[in-house]
Amino acid sequence: MARAALRRRLSWQLAEVVSNEHESARTHRLTLDVPDWSGHLPGQHLDVRLTAPDGYTAQRSYSIASSSERPYVELVVERLPDGEVSPYLTDELRTGDQLELRGPIGGYFVWHRDIDNAPVQLIAGGSGVVPFLAMLQHHAASGSSVPMHLLYSARNVDDVIGGSQLRTANDAEVTITLSRTAPDDWQGPRGRVDRDLLAQHSVRPESMPRVYICGPTSFVEATAKLMVELGHDTAAIRTERFGGIGGAS
Amino acid sequence: MTDRTLDGNAAAGPLAELFAIELTTIQSTCASCGRAAPLGAHLLYADAPALVLRCPSCSAVVLRYSTARERLRLDISGVAFLEGSPSGTS
Repeated sequence: MARAALRRRLSWQLAEVVSNEHESARTHRLTLDVPDWSGHLPGQHLDVRLTAPDGYTAQRSYSIASSSERPYVELVVERLPDGEVSPYLTDELRTGDQLELRGPIGGYFVWHRDIDNAPVQLIAGGSGVVPFLAMLQHHAASGSSVPMHLLYSARNVDDVIGGSQLRTANDAEVTITLSRTAPDDWQGPRGRVDRDLLAQHSVRPESMPRVYICGPTSFVEATAKLMVELGHDTAAIRTERFGGIGGAS
Repeated sequence: MTDRTLDGNAAAGPLAELFAIELTTIQSTCASCGRAAPLGAHLLYADAPALVLRCPSCSAVVLRYSTARERLRLDISGVAFLEGSPSGTS
């Protein structure tokens, strides 16, 4: 078993772009064919490396948006206007192009059906929903009966990532709150994630859920603090902050 | 860009350059305060000259790692003890 326990050395490999499509107002979904992909757990990320002709390299981490039941590895990339990497990925990459990446990476911010039977509460701000799309997909594909809830804060309808997946996710409870503008016929909650919204739309602490929070640093810190105030155990809360500019809500 | 404070999970890629097991799921006991937490739950200062992990309880520097200028540097003097599963599951 010692042999199985040792991971393959993490090395850079080439992926081929299967498609690069508009996902939401500010994001694209990259579908990648990675020939030597070892599979991954929902919540893991990968590193992308771009190399300029002069040898200068820039590297970024992206959460994987798909579960390993899917044939390809999918990323959702938010286009940061002053970004060094994301505008290339969203605007320039075409089907058939090659992209250098390594992964999967990370074992802490993951959920998979064999972890335990505790209910799961996912809380996302903006593009923080991406790793949760993989968890929800795995939850459905694996037939898990663990109760899974997602509370997702997006600015408005056009900013919702994974909209079609979330609309059809009937094995999980999905609540989307629109923090800035909502259409007149919007059925879900409006406004930012605050104490009242969490109390109303998240799994109660008595159910001892695992809590995953992902989003911009300020969102994650405020939300984690509120969950502790509501009675959740600090050790049951896992967080993933990302430093991207342009907050979630 | 402002300096980013992230979660230790974001250090998983760089640390995988050096370690054969997934380090972010490993419980690290802080040499300063004695509290233990998974390295993935530590605070990561991502834009310091080195990658810096700090203790989530007392903020002491636990680990510094850098591969700048083709030199590998690792300082784990802030770690008293590491414990976890070699398969990297948490």
